[in-house]
Amino acid sequence: MQETETTTLSAPTPRAGLSRFYTDLIGRRVFTFLLALHGVGAFALITFGVLLRKFSIARSVVRPLVAREISRAGVKLLPMFLFASLAMGFLIIGQAAPWVSRVGGENTFLGDIMVIVVVRELGPLLTAFLVLARVGTANVVELGTARAMGEVESLEALGIDPVHYFVVPRVIGMAVGIFSLTVYLILGTLGSGYLWAFIQDVPLQPGDYFNQLAGALTYLDFILLTLKTCAFGCIIAIVTCYHGLAQPLQLDQISRATVRAVGQSVIACVLIDAMFIIIYLTL
Amino acid sequence: MNDSATLTTQTPILEMRGFAVASMKNPNVSVARDVNWTVNASEFWVVGAPQHSGKSDFLMTAGGILSPADGEFTFLGETMPIFEESRMTHRLKLGFVFDGGQLLGSLTIAENIALPLRYHSKMTSAEIEARVNELLEVTELVAWANSTPLNVARSWQQRAGLARALALSPEVLLLDSPLTGLDVRHTTWWLSFLGELAKGHRIAAGKPLTLVVTADDLRPWRRRANRVGCLSGGKFLVLGDWSAVESSREPVVQELLRD
Repeated sequence: MQETETTTLSAPTPRAGLSRFYTDLIGRRVFTFLLALHGVGAFALITFGVLLRKFSIARSVVRPLVAREISRAGVKLLPMFLFASLAMGFLIIGQAAPWVSRVGGENTFLGDIMVIVVVRELGPLLTAFLVLARVGTANVVELGTARAMGEVESLEALGIDPVHYFVVPRVIGMAVGIFSLTVYLILGTLGSGYLWAFIQDVPLQPGDYFNQLAGALTYLDFILLTLKTCAFGCIIAIVTCYHGLAQPLQLDQISRATVRAVGQSVIACVLIDAMFIIIYLTL
Repeated sequence: MNDSATLTTQTPILEMRGFAVASMKNPNVSVARDVNWTVNASEFWVVGAPQHSGKSDFLMTAGGILSPADGEFTFLGETMPIFEESRMTHRLKLGFVFDGGQLLGSLTIAENIALPLRYHSKMTSAEIEARVNELLEVTELVAWANSTPLNVARSWQQRAGLARALALSPEVLLLDSPLTGLDVRHTTWWLSFLGELAKGHRIAAGKPLTLVVTADDLRPWRRRANRVGCLSGGKFLVLGDWSAVESSREPVVQELLRD
């Protein structure tokens, strides 16, 4: 009898077990993803609801908080973005110039390449990722600690909406910060790109380079750049605030919440970026 | 008892019927069930309970910070909890002091006290500053005004929590374990100050406040609080005055009074 049981227990073939393992894993991941989407989506709706309903309430309290967030997610990151813009200009021109020279297109294509790569794609996305790394992670830690220390209950006891006090300034600050930094990064990269081209002896006059850039840019670039960067800012602020605030955290859970927030913010930004590519291609 | 006292003590402030409280950390765990309790104006209640029996959850639910698991609950005739902006003026008549103060770590002590005034009132900056200075003075916090909570001892943070709760001149004050971890000097100050608030302190324009405090030791509150309740094993016992407490045979009451 015992032998039979042993046989029965070891009966499933490795193939069936492996298949079951993967389907379970995929199922769990899908459910986790849907739950996260549901939670973040609900939190986003609450945040935008509070933003609209309480726009004119307690301005003397909220305005300094917004200014602090713009400084944190914008002004204070300028030196890092100056370095990033120099590096990006060098990388793009350093890689593109030799290839474009082979087909004799340095007088034609460098401006177009810079607009496609920097203005439409890398500029906003790189800015979002850098701000996520520098400020988004800090958001989760700060808000997770505030939640663990009972500051949320403290605000509720004072009749202050924690979303209004903690989340709304971060959403506005990060949207403005990412938009502004993207503009600075793009301008810096376009400038440093020409500098590197000049150092590499690419026969391109400043006026020609400027004309190429102006010719490659359309009104749609400006509109979509503004929308995209603001969307990145809102998404990063909402996801990081959600993971810091939405559920009671113990101090030892904050690091895991930060990792989750970074992962979900990156995925959300990439999806938003893909959506904007589709919009750009269809318009 | 004179006429005015009769009138004030007959005005219900907090009324709970079939009220149930769940734990904040685990909503499936019940802290108290079937609570029927009325707090009248100008009463000074002490709610005794052993440690980790859910005193904070009970008081936070009574303060409208958490939603009750069941039952009816009114504050000055309005159904609680109140989260809507339209009823917020009513809600702000109730002040809450957390165990340890629970101040905002990014603000100084003075900024913490000023926060409810800056958020809710239409006072000018000068008026807010004057009110904050007055509160700092009566709570002896002037020396800590520009320090952040992390640089201030817990006992002073607790006082800052009290000053912040008094900022908007509430009619009712709920205090979660105000004497926990305090030395004799601070304990004496708290008992004396709360006694003055119950009788009418100048910081509350001389108006007697209705007070509810929680405690894990009832002895310091003898002769100070005039009503006593006990929370134990998921039940809330309304004991009444001190003579009822002294004659109570409830084991939890005897434990909370033991020397």
